[in-house]
Amino acid sequence: MSARVAVLGAGKVGTVLARLSVAAGRPTAIAGSGDPAALGLIVDVLAPGAVPMTSADAAAQADIVIVAVPLARLGTVPAAALRGRVVVDAMNYWPPVDGVLSAWEGATRSSSEIVREILGVDVVKSFNHMGYHELDAWTRPAGDPDRHALAVAGDDGAAMAAVSDLVDAMGFDPVPLHPLSAGRVLQPGSSDIFGADLTRAELLSTLDALGVAPAAVCP
Amino acid sequence: MELGIYSFGDSGTVSTRQRLADLVSQARYADEAGLDVIALGEHHRADFTLSAPELVLAAISSVTERIRLSTAVTVLSTADPVRVYQQFATLDQLSGGRAEIVAGRGAFTESFGLFGYDLREYEVLFDEKLRLLLELAREERVTWRGRTRAPLEDALVTPRALQPTLPVWVGVGGTPQSAVRAGRLGAPMFVAIFTDPAPARGLVQIYHRAAAAAGHDPAGLRVASGGHMYVGRTSQGARDEFYPYYAEYLAKLPQFPGGMPREVYDQWIRAGLLVGSPQEVIDKIMNHRELLGISRYVGQFDVGGMPAGMVDKSLELFATEVAPVVRKESA
Ligand SMILES: NC(=O)c1ccc[n+]([C@@H]2O[C@H](COP(=O)([O-])OP(=O)(O)OC[C@H]3O[C@@H](n4cnc5c(N)ncnc54)[C@H](OP(=O)(O)O)[C@@H]3O)[C@@H](O)[C@H]2O)c1
Repeated sequence: MSARVAVLGAGKVGTVLARLSVAAGRPTAIAGSGDPAALGLIVDVLAPGAVPMTSADAAAQADIVIVAVPLARLGTVPAAALRGRVVVDAMNYWPPVDGVLSAWEGATRSSSEIVREILGVDVVKSFNHMGYHELDAWTRPAGDPDRHALAVAGDDGAAMAAVSDLVDAMGFDPVPLHPLSAGRVLQPGSSDIFGADLTRAELLSTLDALGVAPAAVCP
Repeated sequence: MELGIYSFGDSGTVSTRQRLADLVSQARYADEAGLDVIALGEHHRADFTLSAPELVLAAISSVTERIRLSTAVTVLSTADPVRVYQQFATLDQLSGGRAEIVAGRGAFTESFGLFGYDLREYEVLFDEKLRLLLELAREERVTWRGRTRAPLEDALVTPRALQPTLPVWVGVGGTPQSAVRAGRLGAPMFVAIFTDPAPARGLVQIYHRAAAAAGHDPAGLRVASGGHMYVGRTSQGARDEFYPYYAEYLAKLPQFPGGMPREVYDQWIRAGLLVGSPQEVIDKIMNHRELLGISRYVGQFDVGGMPAGMVDKSLELFATEVAPVVRKESA
């Protein structure tokens, strides 16, 4: 059976990811910060087929939980409900919206290592380096020569494989990076990867130029 | 279809005095050339000269006759809606009924620290203050109670605007919850769009459905869009002339600390950024209209501290070659 997906965050990027997940044939739940009933109209228009739930319920019933809330709101994510799930960090530190957050400001670690510490669960970093318009517009079937690449950075091989599978089913070529800390190059401003239009070959050569070796297979 | 321009008053290399003088004369030109709207942003940083748009709009009102005078956007979360209403009601009286407000989030957060607000309270601040401002625009006496400012008990807020109801738009950046709010409140919606307008179709649909569910008359709803714009004589010329200024302007964003790479710029133009010849800009505005049903487009016409001469030329092409065609095609 295909993995059940929960998307926490029903904003710009969360609604796109939920739509792609539904299109990939995955049972998909979506949560905002409040009452799931209030999400009805948004989900009906932007991600029909996804099921609005509270974040705790959405996470509890899922195999893969994509966290896509502003980092300033990370503290409101029900961390306990994430235990035992594959957790994807799709977030970026974005001071123009988040304000200055001391946990991330000036950090030399990957922002996902900090997310992992705060949530207390292992995470996989993906989806963060593409804008929500592009995530929506750039899906391509497997084998298409122009298919775009999405990096999947993590420590745990099984979790990375599950996320890579989802990325592929959504319409992108997954490029695994190991360990999680290597995903720092995917962050805004840390290289030219963020926001760039890259096929798998192009992402690989960009990583190569940065001296980051992709994981041959998910470890 | 209404066409207009907006500015954040980017500092560039000239003095603030010069920059504001240029802006007033560009607004005067826009009025004479028949553009419908000039809108000014509100930022609280050294790289922009406009933190008090209402004052500059008042100066513009005295040298113009028809052009509507708006903000883009009023950072309502860190302002007092009572004061905002008074300022724009005054502007409305001074200008013979031309004032408008676009209330929104804005791209930066400095005003929170400056005025003593907590960014974590953003949602409740915006929501409460927007409701209050809409009520002030409709009612002369207001009774209000909330978390974010002192209560009002049958308070008389004067002067009243000259227009029967001062227009208050809700500015939306892409978050669907904002479109729900605009629709539920029955307020006109301004959508910021920089590249592809297609994803905003969902927002517009949500807006109309939320308004219908709240019982608002569809005839009272309006959608406008706007974003960065540069018009050049030729397609390639426009791209090349504008690129250095845009690249540097976008260095303010976290993703382009060293400036925007040329490939990304070209990709954005392909996706929909309004940079090009008059015909290309016409086509892109008409695409917004077809996809989103907009009745107003406003372009940010002086991005990135371009020299006044460049801004003037682009503005002239917009007013004389783009606007008349868009008006005709959309009539
Ligand atoms: N925008 C992009 O193109 C893009 C691309 C890649 C990654 N990202 C990253 O993705 C994250 C979200 O960005 P966005 O642009 O989608 O923001 P957004 O449009 O503001 O949406 C944020 C969403 O998170 C929800 N939320 C807040 N706390 C929550 C909680 N505890 N549980 C469930 N939902 C919660 C909000 O719900 P309410 O409205 O109910 O409060 C809202 O629906 C950010 O870290 C951003 O950097 C963005």
